[in-house]
Amino acid sequence: MQSESKSGAIRPDMFTPVNRDSKQSEKIERPRLTAWQDIRLRLLSNKLAMTGLWIMVVVVLFAIFAPIFSSYDHFTNDLSNTNQAPSKEHWFGTDDLGRDLFARTWKGAQVSLFVGIVAGLIDLFFGIIYGGIMGYYGGKVDEFMNRFAEILYAIPYLLVVILLLVVMEPSLTTIIVAMSITGWINMAWIVRGQMMQLKNQEYALASKALGAGSMRIIFRHLIPNAMGPILVTLTLTVPSAIFTEAFLSFLGLGVQSPVASWGTMINDGVKSMTIYPWRLLFPAFFLSLTMFAFNVFGDGLRDAFDPKLKT
Amino acid sequence: MIRYVLKKFMFMLMSLFFLITATFVLMNAVPGSPLQSEKATSEQIQKNLEAYYGLDKPLIVQYGVYLKNLVQGDLGISMKKKFQAVDKIIGDSFKYSLKLGLVSIVTSVVVGCILGIISAMYHRKFLDNFSMILAVIGLSIPSLVIAPVLQYLLAVKIEAFEVAGLNRPMDYVLPTIALSAASIAFIARLIRSTMIEVLNSDFIKTAKSKGLAGHLIVWRHALRNSMLPVVTFLGFLMANVITGSVVIEKIFAIPGLGKFFVESVSNRDYPLIMGITIFYAVILMISRLLADIAYVLVDPRIRISGGKAGK
Amino acid sequence: MNFKKIFSTAMAVTLAGSLLAACSNNNNKGGSEASSSPSASQASQTPAETKTPAEIRFTLASEPPSLDPALMVDAQSSIVASGLFDGLTRLNSAGEPEPAIAKDWKASDDGLTYTFNLRDDAKWSNGDPVTAHDFEYSWKRALAQETASDYAYMLFYLVNGEKYNSGEATADQVGVKATGDYTLEVKLNTATPYFNSLVAHYTYWPVNKSAVDGKPEWAADASTMVTNGPFLLKEWKHGDKLVLEKNPNFYDAAKVGFDMATITLVEDASTVFSLFNTDKIDWIGAQAGEVPSDQVPGMVKEGKAEIKTIASTYYYLFNTKQKPFSNVKIRKAFSMAIERQSIIDNVTKANQTPAFALVPPSIAGSEGKSFREMYPDQSFSSENVEEAKKLLAEGLKEEGLDKFPETTLLYNTSEGHKAIAEAAIDMWRKNLGIELKLSNQEWGTFLETRKAGQFGIARAGWGADFNHAINFTYDLIHSKSGNNDGKYNNPEVDKLLDGSFSATDDASRLDMISKAEKIALSDDMAVMPIYYYTTVTMQKPGFKDVVSDYAGHLDWAFGSKE
Repeated sequence: MQSESKSGAIRPDMFTPVNRDSKQSEKIERPRLTAWQDIRLRLLSNKLAMTGLWIMVVVVLFAIFAPIFSSYDHFTNDLSNTNQAPSKEHWFGTDDLGRDLFARTWKGAQVSLFVGIVAGLIDLFFGIIYGGIMGYYGGKVDEFMNRFAEILYAIPYLLVVILLLVVMEPSLTTIIVAMSITGWINMAWIVRGQMMQLKNQEYALASKALGAGSMRIIFRHLIPNAMGPILVTLTLTVPSAIFTEAFLSFLGLGVQSPVASWGTMINDGVKSMTIYPWRLLFPAFFLSLTMFAFNVFGDGLRDAFDPKLKT
Repeated sequence: MIRYVLKKFMFMLMSLFFLITATFVLMNAVPGSPLQSEKATSEQIQKNLEAYYGLDKPLIVQYGVYLKNLVQGDLGISMKKKFQAVDKIIGDSFKYSLKLGLVSIVTSVVVGCILGIISAMYHRKFLDNFSMILAVIGLSIPSLVIAPVLQYLLAVKIEAFEVAGLNRPMDYVLPTIALSAASIAFIARLIRSTMIEVLNSDFIKTAKSKGLAGHLIVWRHALRNSMLPVVTFLGFLMANVITGSVVIEKIFAIPGLGKFFVESVSNRDYPLIMGITIFYAVILMISRLLADIAYVLVDPRIRISGGKAGK
Repeated sequence: MNFKKIFSTAMAVTLAGSLLAACSNNNNKGGSEASSSPSASQASQTPAETKTPAEIRFTLASEPPSLDPALMVDAQSSIVASGLFDGLTRLNSAGEPEPAIAKDWKASDDGLTYTFNLRDDAKWSNGDPVTAHDFEYSWKRALAQETASDYAYMLFYLVNGEKYNSGEATADQVGVKATGDYTLEVKLNTATPYFNSLVAHYTYWPVNKSAVDGKPEWAADASTMVTNGPFLLKEWKHGDKLVLEKNPNFYDAAKVGFDMATITLVEDASTVFSLFNTDKIDWIGAQAGEVPSDQVPGMVKEGKAEIKTIASTYYYLFNTKQKPFSNVKIRKAFSMAIERQSIIDNVTKANQTPAFALVPPSIAGSEGKSFREMYPDQSFSSENVEEAKKLLAEGLKEEGLDKFPETTLLYNTSEGHKAIAEAAIDMWRKNLGIELKLSNQEWGTFLETRKAGQFGIARAGWGADFNHAINFTYDLIHSKSGNNDGKYNNPEVDKLLDGSFSATDDASRLDMISKAEKIALSDDMAVMPIYYYTTVTMQKPGFKDVVSDYAGHLDWAFGSKE
């Protein structure tokens, strides 16, 4: 500073001309953000959603690593230590065959989460495509596709599951396939409802008038705008897939023992709830906690996705 | 409108035919038979049984006979519950499911709407968070856990309610809570999510700028426009809830349709499986039709696509 | 406003719904007699039991599929129907026959002809007298092809019974004849010393011709039921409950202690237990509800529950037609590596008896001794891990296997079976170092898979049809038996069992049966017995003569309440 002032005179080459563009000066601008950056920012600022995300991360980490580091496995019986209350030895207690519930709870987490997430994604994929096409085209296409979905939806689910379990080896894959056969239909109907509502809106009509193809309109314009309800439905689909697995376990069509899922553990635990409450408590708590996390994170995601809520 | 409904009705009959065929094939493909028993009888006895129930005839003949009887309104008699008519079994059990189903649907819609509206009106304020967390908790705990815990605490411990049965109005309380917890939460979230969008839309802003009072905006404009996804959801909810929840019916010993359906499948009681499937499908289709009609009533922007088919 | 319309419609529907609920409630109460309203006493929360007549309340897990004696096949039906019908004889709780409709009976010297003298004061609920003709009609009806009875084979003891069932003989040729209104003459194929017990079985119960003929649905509704037992079917709300009331015209009405019985249908064991604890039912156990297994030790310790052995055996089938279990040493190794007492103490928890044979302790032998007292099974085989390892190695060598092939343990879906299966595979893992796959299947699929022999080991259980050892041997280990799903086949065993039918006296008959059993279970390890069942029962104080019978079915009809 001082040396500059001593050097004295102001010279013209110290200045650069301002580019005087009348169009630019009209612009009101904030920092440019891509849509995804924008979503991320909004998501990060949502405390409840972030709590949900963290819970999910922790549960997933435990599901992956706890069985590895636990000194017990999920299947070895210890008939001299059945139905033990939580202790230093067994953090979550033991079950009716003396198996460590800590190991079983996290093994169960692995199975339930895997089933839930895979089934959820399959539903999302088919639901969006089917529902999008159904809702956008309407008329005969809608009628035909809707009939098909309705028939599939009305076929007794239990028959399908029993048949699948006979035709395919009873395994996780079979259970996921069984759940996905009809699972996507709900999603498709939600998407269809949104499509029917959105397709007559101005921006869709405008895009059409400008000559955009149907697929482009559906997947570029309509689906992103329908993302709110879709995500809300998705956050329900993952839990409902986990619940469905529990229900199948309830009917004895779930995962084969001694592998555990939260569903099978809850089913076992409910029966002895009054005397060995921990057998219900731990799987039920972590299942519910995970469901909670999925739901609040899904809500946050929905808020973040929705451009209309930008403030 | 009448033409539209008639047309839908024709499609329903066609769907029903496909469904009957699919279920018939599926049911016979599943291993096991209604006439099998754990203790082996003589071959002759087995033959007599098959002859008696017409299962000795080729499948295609059995199918023909079934369709013929069905057209005459005869659903046949159960093969396992000796000489009980299928239509009577369905009628008797549906009474229970319908009563419980309607009570819990109304509970879900009323409580769900209230929570949802509160959330949307106080968006990002305490009440929003509070009611959403409440809703999410309801969504996070499986009915498999809620039902027995409620039963134990409220009926066994403090004996405020009956453990089982559905004899007096008070008996509806526990099953209804267990049955509607998830759908309350789902409706609340749907209402909230669409209502926030609607409240930010132009026509609401117009209404506001015209000086319409806050609550009138909510009632006259926002709620009506937020009902659309709820109406879609009600379509499934009706079918699911009215036809009974296996878990709730089992825990509270309610002789509803869900219980009989699971029983019929595990007994391979062919006439009962067919009967309940058809009944279930008709309920499902009617509620879908009602949902479609309600769409039009709720949202004038949707034109009935079926009406355009003649163009 | 359209929305308002929808909303008000919804409200109207709700109101209608709740009115509906209220109405049908009223109907229930109005429908039954005001004086002894069962639903009112059931529904009322205040225990006004002191005023109401002596009542017994219990639950069944599922509805009786039929109350027609010819069509009944299960315990649920027989528990209800034992109050509604009365046969020639009736088994007491020890499983011994006592006179009922038959005053007395005698067998011919060759044991092939039985003559029953019937009492003349028994009446049907429609007023008709119960005669020998009713029995003749009923037995022939159960055998007739067009009746399509599952249990017709119970009547194959009669001359030409099986032939009539297959259409090779006429009804007239069947060996049952009413020689007078109150005399019934029965001709048998072979001497059957336990025939007087057999006639207590429900397939032998009478039906009333005028109520039954041409009306197959007669037994599906309370209003069309015609019965001859100590109770009348007052109400049958399908899927919900059955209400029975004392039959005032029963010939031995003084012996009937209860004025009514209310049987509700509740599947879930925890719910049944809660109903008992809130004083809504009086009894759990013996196929009429089940004490949740986790509750058993506590309840027994507090003296609230009782344990009684019953005539049923829990065992695992080996698939003897397939490697590796075609090898007897491997079968023995598997059986020896199981710690039965440990399974009983820690898993099933109802003080069952470890089993090494098939005939359960409560099955009668002769001269007042039980079959097992005469022929104990402890020496049949032992549990010995070292020996098991040795046998396994030898067996594998004999079969030319260098490692144990992949094998499945099949069981039908149920918490109890699952826990036992999990305990068993864990014992084999620890004791023999073998990892078996578990496969649970839903009942219908399970039966078909097991019948088709698609398993290595499969769960099985057998309960008594009648109180005789032949029921646990011929049916389970004879190569021609349809229940021998492990396909065990030893001609020597077959010969002994066939021979037992033509034995002239009881002692030599039982001897042959016991020899066959010993060969099959001790030398051949045809199946792997695990335990003899028990039933855990709980009842409210003040009840008398409400018990589990020898077979483990609730016997309540002649009980009473103080």
